[in-house]
Amino acid sequence: MNNDRYQLNKELAQMLKGGVIMDVTTPEQAVIAQEAGACAVMALERIPADIRAAGGVSRMSDPAMIKGIQKAVSIPVMAKCRIGHIAEAQILQAIEIDYIDESEVLTPADDVYHIDKTRFDVPFVCGARDLGEALRRIAEGASMIRTKGEPGTGDIVQAVRHMRKIQSEISSLAAKREDELFEAAKQLQVPLDLVRYVHENKKLPVVNFAAGGVATPADAALMMQLGAEGVFVGSGIFKSGDPAKRAAAIVKAVTNYNDPEMLASLSENLGEAMVGINEQEIAIIMEERGQ
Amino acid sequence: MIGILAVQGAFEEHKNMLEKIGARCVLLRKLSDIPPELDGIVLVGGESTVQRKLIKELGMFDVLKKHIDSGVPVLATCAGLILLADEISGNEDTCFGSLPVRVRRNAYGRQLGSFTAIGDIGDIKNFPMRFIRAPYIESVTSGNNDVDILNVTDGKITAVRYKNQIAMAFHPELTNDTRLHEEFLQMISRNNRIL
Repeated sequence: MNNDRYQLNKELAQMLKGGVIMDVTTPEQAVIAQEAGACAVMALERIPADIRAAGGVSRMSDPAMIKGIQKAVSIPVMAKCRIGHIAEAQILQAIEIDYIDESEVLTPADDVYHIDKTRFDVPFVCGARDLGEALRRIAEGASMIRTKGEPGTGDIVQAVRHMRKIQSEISSLAAKREDELFEAAKQLQVPLDLVRYVHENKKLPVVNFAAGGVATPADAALMMQLGAEGVFVGSGIFKSGDPAKRAAAIVKAVTNYNDPEMLASLSENLGEAMVGINEQEIAIIMEERGQ
Repeated sequence: MIGILAVQGAFEEHKNMLEKIGARCVLLRKLSDIPPELDGIVLVGGESTVQRKLIKELGMFDVLKKHIDSGVPVLATCAGLILLADEISGNEDTCFGSLPVRVRRNAYGRQLGSFTAIGDIGDIKNFPMRFIRAPYIESVTSGNNDVDILNVTDGKITAVRYKNQIAMAFHPELTNDTRLHEEFLQMISRNNRIL
Protein backbone atom coordinates (compact mmCIF):
# COMPACT_ATOMS: atom_id res chain seq x y z
CA MET A 1 0.00 0.00 0.00
CA ASN A 2 1.51 3.32 -0.96
CA ASN A 3 1.44 6.30 1.33
CA ASP A 4 -1.11 8.15 -0.71
CA ARG A 5 -3.58 5.27 -0.46
CA TYR A 6 -3.08 5.25 3.32
CA GLN A 7 -3.65 9.01 3.40
CA LEU A 8 -6.88 8.63 1.37
CA ASN A 9 -8.00 5.90 3.76
CA LYS A 10 -7.44 8.11 6.80
CA GLU A 11 -9.33 10.87 4.99
CA LEU A 12 -12.37 8.65 4.41
CA ALA A 13 -12.55 8.29 8.21
CA GLN A 14 -12.40 12.09 8.46
CA MET A 15 -15.51 12.25 6.26
CA LEU A 16 -17.33 9.96 8.71
CA LYS A 17 -16.67 12.27 11.68
CA GLY A 18 -19.64 13.59 13.57
CA GLY A 19 -21.59 10.60 12.34
CA VAL A 20 -23.03 7.28 13.50
CA ILE A 21 -22.01 3.91 12.07
CA MET A 22 -24.70 1.30 12.62
CA ASP A 23 -24.56 -2.50 12.75
CA VAL A 24 -27.01 -4.09 10.31
CA THR A 25 -27.70 -7.72 9.44
CA THR A 26 -30.01 -7.40 6.42
CA PRO A 27 -30.49 -5.04 3.44
CA GLU A 28 -33.78 -3.94 5.04
CA GLN A 29 -32.01 -2.90 8.23
CA ALA A 30 -29.33 -1.15 6.16
CA VAL A 31 -32.01 0.94 4.44
CA ILE A 32 -33.58 1.81 7.81
CA ALA A 33 -30.14 2.84 9.09
CA GLN A 34 -29.42 4.98 6.03
CA GLU A 35 -32.82 6.67 6.22
CA ALA A 36 -32.26 7.34 9.92
CA GLY A 37 -29.02 9.17 9.07
CA ALA A 38 -26.23 6.60 9.50
CA CYS A 39 -22.99 7.82 7.88
CA ALA A 40 -21.97 4.17 7.25
CA VAL A 41 -23.18 0.68 8.09
CA MET A 42 -21.36 -2.35 9.47
CA ALA A 43 -22.64 -5.46 7.70
CA LEU A 44 -22.63 -8.57 9.87
CA GLU A 45 -24.64 -11.76 10.17
CA ARG A 46 -25.37 -11.42 13.83
CA ILE A 47 -25.20 -8.34 16.01
CA PRO A 48 -22.88 -8.61 19.02
CA ALA A 49 -25.70 -9.26 21.52
CA ASP A 50 -26.71 -12.34 19.50
CA ILE A 51 -23.10 -13.45 19.00
CA ARG A 52 -22.74 -13.31 22.76
CA ALA A 53 -25.96 -15.25 23.27
CA ALA A 54 -25.17 -17.88 20.63
CA GLY A 55 -21.64 -18.57 21.84
CA GLY A 56 -19.26 -20.71 19.76
CA VAL A 57 -16.87 -19.46 17.10
CA SER A 58 -17.90 -16.28 15.35
CA ARG A 59 -16.50 -15.61 11.85
CA MET A 60 -16.58 -13.15 8.95
CA SER A 61 -20.04 -12.81 7.38
CA ASP A 62 -21.09 -14.47 4.12
CA PRO A 63 -19.87 -12.23 1.25
CA ALA A 64 -23.23 -12.67 -0.50
CA MET A 65 -24.95 -11.14 2.51
CA ILE A 66 -22.47 -8.24 2.56
CA LYS A 67 -22.96 -7.66 -1.18
CA GLY A 68 -26.72 -7.51 -0.64
CA ILE A 69 -26.17 -4.69 1.81
CA GLN A 70 -23.73 -2.93 -0.55
CA LYS A 71 -26.47 -2.96 -3.20
CA ALA A 72 -29.12 -1.65 -0.83
CA VAL A 73 -27.41 1.56 0.34
CA SER A 74 -25.25 4.39 -1.05
CA ILE A 75 -23.34 5.11 2.17
CA PRO A 76 -20.03 3.31 2.95
CA VAL A 77 -20.31 -0.34 3.96
CA MET A 78 -17.93 -1.85 6.51
CA ALA A 79 -17.54 -5.48 7.58
CA LYS A 80 -15.65 -7.38 10.24
CA CYS A 81 -12.89 -9.94 9.95
CA ARG A 82 -11.35 -11.93 12.78
CA ILE A 83 -8.22 -10.57 14.45
CA GLY A 84 -5.22 -11.88 12.51
CA HIS A 85 -7.31 -13.52 9.78
CA ILE A 86 -5.44 -12.38 6.68
CA ALA A 87 -7.59 -14.42 4.28
CA GLU A 88 -10.89 -13.05 5.57
CA ALA A 89 -9.48 -9.54 5.10
CA GLN A 90 -8.41 -10.43 1.54
CA ILE A 91 -11.93 -11.66 0.79
CA LEU A 92 -13.45 -8.44 2.12
CA GLN A 93 -11.02 -6.44 -0.02
CA ALA A 94 -11.98 -8.55 -3.05
CA ILE A 95 -15.65 -7.52 -2.67
CA GLU A 96 -14.54 -3.87 -2.38
CA ILE A 97 -15.65 -3.26 1.16
CA ASP A 98 -15.17 0.39 2.16
CA TYR A 99 -13.65 -0.37 5.58
CA ILE A 100 -12.60 -3.56 7.36
CA ASP A 101 -13.06 -3.81 11.12
CA GLU A 102 -10.43 -6.21 12.49
CA SER A 103 -12.68 -6.93 15.38
CA GLU A 104 -12.54 -8.53 18.80
CA VAL A 105 -16.29 -9.13 18.48
CA LEU A 106 -15.46 -12.12 16.28
CA THR A 107 -13.40 -15.00 17.64
CA PRO A 108 -9.69 -14.21 17.11
CA ALA A 109 -7.98 -16.31 14.43
CA ASP A 110 -4.51 -15.50 15.71
CA ASP A 111 -3.67 -15.05 19.37
CA VAL A 112 -0.29 -13.40 18.72
CA TYR A 113 -0.35 -11.39 15.50
CA HIS A 114 -2.72 -8.81 14.11
CA ILE A 115 -3.04 -8.42 10.34
CA ASP A 116 -0.27 -6.43 8.63
CA LYS A 117 -2.70 -3.84 7.37
CA THR A 118 -0.04 -2.00 5.37
CA ARG A 119 -0.33 -4.86 2.82
CA PHE A 120 -3.92 -3.89 1.97
CA ASP A 121 -5.42 -1.11 -0.14
CA VAL A 122 -8.75 -1.01 1.73
CA PRO A 123 -8.77 0.82 5.06
CA PHE A 124 -8.97 -0.84 8.46
CA VAL A 125 -10.50 0.28 11.74
CA CYS A 126 -9.26 -1.41 14.92
CA GLY A 127 -10.26 -1.31 18.58
CA ALA A 128 -8.06 0.06 21.35
CA ARG A 129 -8.37 0.35 25.11
CA ASP A 130 -5.41 2.65 25.66
CA LEU A 131 -2.90 4.79 23.77
CA GLY A 132 -0.34 2.00 23.41
CA GLU A 133 -2.87 -0.32 21.82
CA ALA A 134 -4.12 2.45 19.51
CA LEU A 135 -0.61 3.33 18.30
CA ARG A 136 0.32 -0.35 17.81
CA ARG A 137 -2.71 -0.79 15.55
CA ILE A 138 -1.81 2.41 13.67
CA ALA A 139 1.77 1.15 13.24
CA GLU A 140 0.28 -1.99 11.69
CA GLY A 141 -1.63 0.19 9.22
CA ALA A 142 -5.02 0.93 10.82
CA SER A 143 -6.43 4.18 9.43
CA MET A 144 -9.13 4.61 12.08
CA ILE A 145 -9.40 3.68 15.77
CA ARG A 146 -12.39 2.95 17.99
CA THR A 147 -12.78 2.07 21.65
CA LYS A 148 -13.28 -1.58 22.57
CA GLY A 149 -16.32 -1.06 24.74
CA GLU A 150 -17.79 -4.43 25.64
CA PRO A 151 -19.96 -5.22 22.61
CA GLY A 152 -23.49 -6.50 22.86
CA THR A 153 -23.98 -5.49 26.48
CA GLY A 154 -25.68 -2.10 26.27
CA ASP A 155 -23.27 -1.11 29.05
CA ILE A 156 -21.29 2.05 28.31
CA VAL A 157 -18.77 1.71 31.15
CA GLN A 158 -15.93 0.12 29.17
CA ALA A 159 -16.16 2.55 26.25
CA VAL A 160 -15.99 5.39 28.77
CA ARG A 161 -13.00 3.80 30.46
CA HIS A 162 -11.13 3.38 27.16
CA MET A 163 -11.89 6.86 25.87
CA ARG A 164 -10.86 8.52 29.13
CA LYS A 165 -7.68 6.44 29.27
CA ILE A 166 -6.67 7.29 25.70
CA GLN A 167 -7.42 11.01 26.17
CA SER A 168 -5.53 11.25 29.47
CA GLU A 169 -2.54 9.36 28.04
CA ILE A 170 -2.51 11.76 25.07
CA SER A 171 -2.52 14.74 27.48
CA SER A 172 0.29 13.35 29.57
CA LEU A 173 2.36 12.54 26.48
CA ALA A 174 1.78 16.06 25.14
CA ALA A 175 3.05 17.49 28.44
CA LYS A 176 6.37 15.63 28.34
CA ARG A 177 9.75 17.10 27.45
CA GLU A 178 11.08 15.96 24.08
CA ASP A 179 13.93 14.04 25.69
CA GLU A 180 11.38 11.98 27.62
CA LEU A 181 9.72 10.61 24.47
CA PHE A 182 12.20 7.75 23.96
CA GLU A 183 11.28 6.31 27.33
CA ALA A 184 7.57 6.95 26.63
CA ALA A 185 7.84 4.92 23.39
CA LYS A 186 9.48 2.11 25.35
CA GLN A 187 6.77 2.15 28.01
CA LEU A 188 3.95 2.26 25.46
CA GLN A 189 5.65 -0.40 23.27
CA VAL A 190 5.11 1.68 20.14
CA PRO A 191 7.28 3.30 17.43
CA LEU A 192 8.94 6.58 18.35
CA ASP A 193 7.62 8.49 15.33
CA LEU A 194 4.02 7.91 16.44
CA VAL A 195 4.88 9.05 19.97
CA ARG A 196 6.39 12.20 18.49
CA TYR A 197 3.25 12.80 16.40
CA VAL A 198 0.97 12.59 19.44
CA HIS A 199 3.33 14.79 21.49
CA GLU A 200 3.32 17.46 18.81
CA ASN A 201 -0.34 17.35 17.72
CA LYS A 202 -2.03 16.38 21.01
CA LYS A 203 -4.17 13.84 19.18
CA LEU A 204 -4.02 10.48 17.44
CA PRO A 205 -2.83 10.53 13.82
CA VAL A 206 -6.18 8.97 12.81
CA VAL A 207 -9.85 9.52 13.64
CA ASN A 208 -11.05 7.98 16.92
CA PHE A 209 -14.66 6.77 17.34
CA ALA A 210 -16.50 5.35 20.34
CA ALA A 211 -17.78 1.78 20.11
CA GLY A 212 -19.38 -0.75 22.40
CA GLY A 213 -22.35 -0.38 24.71
CA VAL A 214 -23.94 2.73 23.15
CA ALA A 215 -27.71 2.30 23.64
CA THR A 216 -29.21 5.78 24.03
CA PRO A 217 -28.81 9.33 22.64
CA ALA A 218 -27.35 10.24 26.04
CA ASP A 219 -24.71 7.49 25.73
CA ALA A 220 -23.70 8.85 22.32
CA ALA A 221 -23.53 12.44 23.64
CA LEU A 222 -21.45 11.27 26.61
CA MET A 223 -18.87 9.66 24.33
CA MET A 224 -18.70 12.76 22.11
CA GLN A 225 -18.17 14.97 25.17
CA LEU A 226 -15.33 12.69 26.24
CA GLY A 227 -13.58 13.26 22.91
CA ALA A 228 -14.98 10.68 20.49
CA GLU A 229 -15.16 11.99 16.91
CA GLY A 230 -18.16 9.81 16.08
CA VAL A 231 -19.97 6.73 17.32
CA PHE A 232 -20.51 3.09 16.36
CA VAL A 233 -23.83 1.64 17.51
CA GLY A 234 -24.13 -2.12 17.40
CA SER A 235 -26.84 -3.98 19.20
CA GLY A 236 -28.29 -0.77 20.65
CA ILE A 237 -30.49 -0.01 17.64
CA PHE A 238 -31.92 -3.20 16.25
CA LYS A 239 -32.29 -4.75 19.71
CA SER A 240 -34.51 -1.88 20.81
CA GLY A 241 -38.27 -1.39 20.56
CA ASP A 242 -38.32 1.25 17.79
CA PRO A 243 -35.05 1.01 15.80
CA ALA A 244 -35.78 3.76 13.23
CA LYS A 245 -36.72 6.32 15.86
CA ARG A 246 -33.86 5.45 18.20
CA ALA A 247 -31.35 5.48 15.34
CA ALA A 248 -32.48 8.94 14.18
CA ALA A 249 -32.32 10.26 17.75
CA ILE A 250 -28.77 8.96 18.25
CA VAL A 251 -27.69 10.61 14.97
CA LYS A 252 -28.99 13.99 16.12
CA ALA A 253 -27.48 13.50 19.59
CA VAL A 254 -24.03 13.06 18.02
CA THR A 255 -24.42 16.33 16.06
CA ASN A 256 -25.71 18.33 19.03
CA TYR A 257 -23.95 16.50 21.87
CA ASN A 258 -23.44 19.74 23.82
CA ASP A 259 -27.10 20.83 23.81
CA PRO A 260 -28.91 19.34 26.84
CA GLU A 261 -32.33 20.73 25.84
CA MET A 262 -32.12 19.04 22.47
CA LEU A 263 -30.81 15.84 24.05
CA ALA A 264 -33.80 15.88 26.42
CA SER A 265 -36.30 16.08 23.58
CA LEU A 266 -34.40 13.45 21.56
CA SER A 267 -34.54 11.07 24.52
CA GLU A 268 -38.33 11.25 24.87
CA ASN A 269 -40.57 8.32 24.00
CA LEU A 270 -37.99 6.17 22.26
CA GLY A 271 -39.64 2.97 23.38
CA GLU A 272 -37.75 0.20 25.04
CA ALA A 273 -33.94 0.31 25.03
CA MET A 274 -32.01 -2.90 24.54
CA VAL A 275 -31.86 -5.02 27.65
CA GLY A 276 -28.39 -4.49 29.05
CA ILE A 277 -26.10 -6.85 30.86
CA ASN A 278 -23.42 -5.72 33.31
CA GLU A 279 -19.76 -6.57 32.89
CA GLN A 280 -19.94 -8.67 36.06
CA GLU A 281 -22.63 -10.83 34.45
CA ILE A 282 -20.84 -11.80 31.25
CA ALA A 283 -18.71 -14.84 30.64
CA ILE A 284 -16.63 -13.64 27.66
CA ILE A 285 -14.69 -10.39 27.93
CA MET A 286 -14.18 -9.45 24.27
CA GLU A 287 -12.08 -6.33 24.97
CA GLU A 288 -9.18 -8.52 26.13
CA ARG A 289 -8.93 -10.12 22.70
CA GLY A 290 -5.92 -8.83 20.74
CA GLN A 291 -3.67 -6.37 22.57
CA MET B 1 -18.74 35.75 9.76
CA ILE B 2 -18.64 32.54 7.71
CA GLY B 3 -21.08 29.78 8.64
CA ILE B 4 -19.74 26.25 8.26
CA LEU B 5 -22.35 23.52 8.09
CA ALA B 6 -21.38 21.20 10.97
CA VAL B 7 -24.13 18.58 11.14
CA GLN B 8 -21.73 15.80 10.04
CA GLY B 9 -18.42 15.42 8.21
CA ALA B 10 -15.12 17.25 7.87
CA PHE B 11 -16.11 20.70 9.14
CA GLU B 12 -13.14 21.20 11.51
CA GLU B 13 -10.76 20.99 8.55
CA HIS B 14 -12.50 23.88 6.76
CA LYS B 15 -12.62 25.91 9.97
CA ASN B 16 -8.88 25.42 10.58
CA MET B 17 -8.02 26.42 7.04
CA LEU B 18 -10.25 29.51 6.97
CA GLU B 19 -9.01 30.68 10.37
CA LYS B 20 -5.43 30.21 9.21
CA ILE B 21 -6.04 32.75 6.44
CA GLY B 22 -7.77 35.18 8.77
CA ALA B 23 -11.52 34.47 8.49
CA ARG B 24 -13.94 34.26 11.40
CA CYS B 25 -16.15 31.18 11.41
CA VAL B 26 -19.12 29.77 13.23
CA LEU B 27 -20.12 26.09 13.20
CA LEU B 28 -23.78 25.51 12.30
CA ARG B 29 -25.22 22.50 14.12
CA LYS B 30 -28.80 23.73 14.52
CA LEU B 31 -31.11 26.61 13.55
CA SER B 32 -30.19 28.84 16.50
CA ASP B 33 -26.50 28.66 15.52
CA ILE B 34 -27.16 30.60 12.29
CA PRO B 35 -26.38 34.30 12.86
CA PRO B 36 -28.75 36.86 11.31
CA GLU B 37 -25.98 38.06 8.97
CA LEU B 38 -23.77 35.56 7.16
CA ASP B 39 -20.93 36.65 4.86
CA GLY B 40 -20.33 33.18 3.50
CA ILE B 41 -21.46 29.57 3.79
CA VAL B 42 -19.32 26.43 3.61
CA LEU B 43 -20.91 23.08 2.79
CA VAL B 44 -18.43 20.40 3.83
CA GLY B 45 -17.45 16.86 2.88
CA GLY B 46 -19.17 13.96 4.58
CA GLU B 47 -22.24 11.89 3.76
CA SER B 48 -24.73 13.95 1.77
CA THR B 49 -27.71 11.73 2.74
CA VAL B 50 -27.03 12.39 6.44
CA GLN B 51 -26.39 16.09 5.93
CA ARG B 52 -29.52 16.64 3.84
CA LYS B 53 -31.67 14.90 6.44
CA LEU B 54 -30.18 16.84 9.35
CA ILE B 55 -30.35 20.22 7.58
CA LYS B 56 -34.08 19.68 7.19
CA GLU B 57 -34.86 18.03 10.53
CA LEU B 58 -32.79 20.50 12.55
CA GLY B 59 -34.75 23.32 10.93
CA MET B 60 -31.90 24.95 9.00
CA PHE B 61 -33.08 24.40 5.43
CA ASP B 62 -35.25 27.49 4.89
CA VAL B 63 -32.78 29.95 6.37
CA LEU B 64 -29.76 28.53 4.52
CA LYS B 65 -31.72 28.32 1.26
CA LYS B 66 -32.73 31.96 1.64
CA HIS B 67 -29.10 33.01 2.21
CA ILE B 68 -27.88 31.02 -0.81
CA ASP B 69 -30.62 32.36 -3.08
CA SER B 70 -29.96 35.91 -1.91
CA GLY B 71 -26.37 35.73 -3.15
CA VAL B 72 -24.30 34.90 -0.05
CA PRO B 73 -21.07 33.28 -1.35
CA VAL B 74 -21.00 29.50 -0.95
CA LEU B 75 -18.01 27.14 -0.96
CA ALA B 76 -19.08 23.51 -1.38
CA THR B 77 -16.86 20.43 -1.35
CA CYS B 78 -17.82 16.83 -2.20
CA ALA B 79 -21.06 16.22 -0.26
CA GLY B 80 -21.58 19.98 -0.38
CA LEU B 81 -21.60 19.87 -4.19
CA ILE B 82 -24.36 17.23 -4.00
CA LEU B 83 -26.38 19.45 -1.63
CA LEU B 84 -26.25 22.33 -4.12
CA ALA B 85 -26.96 20.37 -7.32
CA ASP B 86 -30.40 20.74 -8.85
CA GLU B 87 -30.34 17.18 -10.21
CA ILE B 88 -28.83 13.94 -8.90
CA SER B 89 -28.42 10.90 -11.16
CA GLY B 90 -30.71 8.07 -10.15
CA ASN B 91 -33.56 10.35 -9.14
CA GLU B 92 -32.32 10.95 -5.63
CA ASP B 93 -33.80 13.82 -3.66
CA THR B 94 -31.96 17.11 -4.04
CA CYS B 95 -31.34 19.57 -1.23
CA PHE B 96 -30.82 23.26 -2.08
CA GLY B 97 -31.02 22.75 -5.85
CA SER B 98 -29.38 26.11 -6.46
CA LEU B 99 -26.61 24.93 -8.81
CA PRO B 100 -27.76 24.02 -12.35
CA VAL B 101 -25.77 20.81 -12.77
CA ARG B 102 -26.50 17.08 -12.67
CA VAL B 103 -24.17 15.20 -10.29
CA ARG B 104 -23.51 11.49 -9.89
CA ARG B 105 -22.84 10.33 -6.34
CA ASN B 106 -20.04 7.84 -5.59
CA ALA B 107 -19.20 8.26 -9.24
CA TYR B 108 -15.81 6.55 -9.01
CA GLY B 109 -17.10 3.56 -7.03
CA ARG B 110 -16.20 2.52 -3.52
CA GLN B 111 -13.19 3.50 -1.40
CA LEU B 112 -10.79 1.54 -3.64
CA GLY B 113 -11.75 4.03 -6.38
CA SER B 114 -10.62 7.03 -4.31
CA PHE B 115 -7.65 8.83 -5.90
CA THR B 116 -5.56 11.97 -6.13
CA ALA B 117 -4.72 14.21 -9.07
CA ILE B 118 -3.13 17.57 -9.76
CA GLY B 119 -4.81 20.06 -12.05
CA ASP B 120 -5.77 23.64 -12.73
CA ILE B 121 -8.90 25.04 -11.05
CA GLY B 122 -9.76 27.98 -13.28
CA ASP B 123 -6.85 30.39 -12.90
CA ILE B 124 -5.35 28.47 -9.99
CA LYS B 125 -2.57 26.30 -11.39
CA ASN B 126 -1.41 22.86 -10.21
CA PHE B 127 -3.88 22.38 -7.40
CA PRO B 128 -3.72 19.08 -5.44
CA MET B 129 -7.09 17.32 -5.72
CA ARG B 130 -8.13 14.54 -3.34
CA PHE B 131 -11.18 12.54 -4.44
CA ILE B 132 -12.73 10.40 -1.69
CA ARG B 133 -15.73 8.32 -2.77
CA ALA B 134 -16.27 11.42 -4.82
CA PRO B 135 -19.10 12.58 -7.05
CA TYR B 136 -18.57 14.25 -10.40
CA ILE B 137 -20.67 16.57 -12.50
CA GLU B 138 -22.24 14.70 -15.41
CA SER B 139 -23.55 17.78 -17.15
CA VAL B 140 -24.47 21.41 -16.84
CA THR B 141 -28.19 21.98 -17.16
CA SER B 142 -28.79 22.74 -20.82
CA GLY B 143 -29.08 26.33 -21.89
CA ASN B 144 -27.24 27.65 -18.89
CA ASN B 145 -24.27 29.76 -19.93
CA ASP B 146 -23.51 31.19 -16.50
CA VAL B 147 -21.86 28.02 -15.21
CA ASP B 148 -18.09 28.36 -15.35
CA ILE B 149 -16.35 24.99 -15.63
CA LEU B 150 -13.20 25.28 -13.51
CA ASN B 151 -11.76 21.78 -13.83
CA VAL B 152 -12.14 18.69 -15.98
CA THR B 153 -10.21 15.61 -14.88
CA ASP B 154 -10.27 12.45 -17.03
CA GLY B 155 -13.14 13.90 -19.02
CA LYS B 156 -15.31 14.57 -15.95
CA ILE B 157 -16.28 18.00 -14.65
CA THR B 158 -15.09 18.24 -11.05
CA ALA B 159 -15.33 21.95 -10.20
CA VAL B 160 -17.65 24.79 -11.26
CA ARG B 161 -18.54 28.34 -10.36
CA TYR B 162 -22.05 29.70 -10.79
CA LYS B 163 -22.92 33.19 -9.58
CA ASN B 164 -22.25 33.13 -5.81
CA GLN B 165 -21.44 29.41 -5.64
CA ILE B 166 -18.13 27.61 -6.08
CA ALA B 167 -18.43 23.84 -5.86
CA MET B 168 -16.00 20.97 -6.28
CA ALA B 169 -15.94 17.19 -6.04
CA PHE B 170 -12.59 17.10 -4.21
CA HIS B 171 -11.27 18.29 -0.85
CA PRO B 172 -9.04 21.39 -0.71
CA GLU B 173 -9.54 21.40 3.09
CA LEU B 174 -7.49 18.19 3.35
CA THR B 175 -4.42 19.78 1.77
CA ASN B 176 -2.07 22.57 2.86
CA ASP B 177 -3.02 24.60 -0.21
CA THR B 178 -5.18 27.56 0.83
CA ARG B 179 -5.64 29.10 -2.62
CA LEU B 180 -9.25 27.98 -3.15
CA HIS B 181 -10.23 29.16 0.32
CA GLU B 182 -8.51 32.50 -0.39
CA GLU B 183 -10.49 32.70 -3.63
CA PHE B 184 -13.64 32.13 -1.56
CA LEU B 185 -12.68 34.99 0.77
CA GLN B 186 -12.23 37.19 -2.30
CA MET B 187 -15.72 36.22 -3.51
CA ILE B 188 -16.95 37.35 -0.10
CA SER B 189 -15.17 40.70 -0.23
CA ARG B 190 -16.38 41.25 -3.79
CA ASN B 191 -19.85 40.65 -2.41
CA ASN B 192 -19.27 43.94 -0.57
CA ARG B 193 -19.47 42.54 2.88
CA ILE B 194 -17.08 42.99 5.73
CA LEU B 195 -15.50 39.97 7.33
